[in-house]
Amino acid sequence: MTKPLLEIQGLRKQYGAVEVLKGVDCTMRQGEVIAIIGSSGSGKTTMLRCINMLEEFQGGRILIDGDAIGYDEIAGARRRKGEKEIARQRALTGMAFQQFNLFPHMSAAQNVMLGLVKVKKMGRDEARALAEGWLDRVGLAARADHYPGQLSGGQQQRVAIARAIAMNPRLMLFDEVTSALDPELVGEVLQVIKALAAEGMSMLLVTHEMRFAYEVASRVIFMNKGVIGEEGDPKEMFVRPQTERLVEFLKSSSFQ
Amino acid sequence: MHDLLTNDLLMFANELWIARLALLKGLGVTVSISLLSILAGSVAGVGLGLGLVYGNRLLRLLLRGYTDIVRGTPVLVLVLASYYIFSTVGLDLGPFQAGVLALAVFCSSHVGEILRGALQALPAGQTEAAKAIGLTFGQTFASVLWPQALRQILPTWVNTAAEMVKASTLLSVIGVAELLLRTQEIISRNFMSLEFYFFAGFLYFLINFGIERLGKFVERKTAVPS
Repeated sequence: MTKPLLEIQGLRKQYGAVEVLKGVDCTMRQGEVIAIIGSSGSGKTTMLRCINMLEEFQGGRILIDGDAIGYDEIAGARRRKGEKEIARQRALTGMAFQQFNLFPHMSAAQNVMLGLVKVKKMGRDEARALAEGWLDRVGLAARADHYPGQLSGGQQQRVAIARAIAMNPRLMLFDEVTSALDPELVGEVLQVIKALAAEGMSMLLVTHEMRFAYEVASRVIFMNKGVIGEEGDPKEMFVRPQTERLVEFLKSSSFQ
Repeated sequence: MHDLLTNDLLMFANELWIARLALLKGLGVTVSISLLSILAGSVAGVGLGLGLVYGNRLLRLLLRGYTDIVRGTPVLVLVLASYYIFSTVGLDLGPFQAGVLALAVFCSSHVGEILRGALQALPAGQTEAAKAIGLTFGQTFASVLWPQALRQILPTWVNTAAEMVKASTLLSVIGVAELLLRTQEIISRNFMSLEFYFFAGFLYFLINFGIERLGKFVERKTAVPS
């Protein structure tokens, strides 16, 4: 068996006295598309943000290609890695956010180029060509020199996805990327994600789009109160949920 | 009646001609004071703002104290303090240096506070997105936060610069021969107070109008299309 792409072992996360993640275990192989579902407050977004150290975590380990993310364990003591090393590890994953978070003072192409030039140390011309290529892939070749303020929400989100993908990450993290969009703009973003999945991109998606999770995900994780409540094949899980909580959740969500 | 007015204007023109060098010198000193204090104050203010946002707890506490004390003190008091206090400890600053120092200190506290506000108002998502593509903090600041904060503070900064020009008049109190003091000297000779105060006011207006236009120009040039 090949080494897993991502391993999460006993992940624990607290905000003060509140424990948000209470020991999450999860393994992901290269090329898998995992949808993480669950009601708000179940810890699904927090789990995603721990993977690229946007959140510190207090217990457990996260490994990407066997490489421990964020913390070193030396003789049983846990120490946060240096800023430089954490920055390098963050570039292993790409992330798309609910609020897009494009840099408003940069054009679409410049948004995509920033990481290529600063992190990958690519020349500007090469970065520009690559950025244009990715913008073309998300259907925005003609918008390369537009600024975020000149783009619709759906277009902004597609630029944000291009910005993350252009860095050639091992794993893409999608954090409710369609939640802030007008309903008629959701489709264009989901199309882009679907195309990436079809090409074998490994991805973790936190989503409220049950239909989409059902169609695209190779596996679904149902988070419940800081632990994984249930996981499995979406075709199986959505049709025959095993736990009471998932039955309730599916009933309250729009999936039918 | 008509002749009287013409006569007055001719007299003013004559006095203006006599006073031209004094006025020009005063104007030069006013511009120098303003430029120096705005420049030094802005550079110090940027450092101050960065410290207020990113410094450790002790540094933040110290800088917060500095900012609040300076901002809570009348500029004239700062000018007098700078002029008289340094000489009592043996550091002999001339009135010009002492005055510029006081104005720069005042300017720095304002610029620092403006920058702090602008940096803290940036959405956390900006930093997160930069982190997510692997930028270090230095890179994030240089490429993402600073350019946005700068655009944000520009209008307020122009305002502060104009305030500094006006505050430069306070240096007349410690004997710096800037535009206001020169004007007062001229008036004490020819007693044309209305005319010359008005003229000095006009010159101050011109300087600030220039600053304001320049600010608008830079604002337009750096505006983000939307």
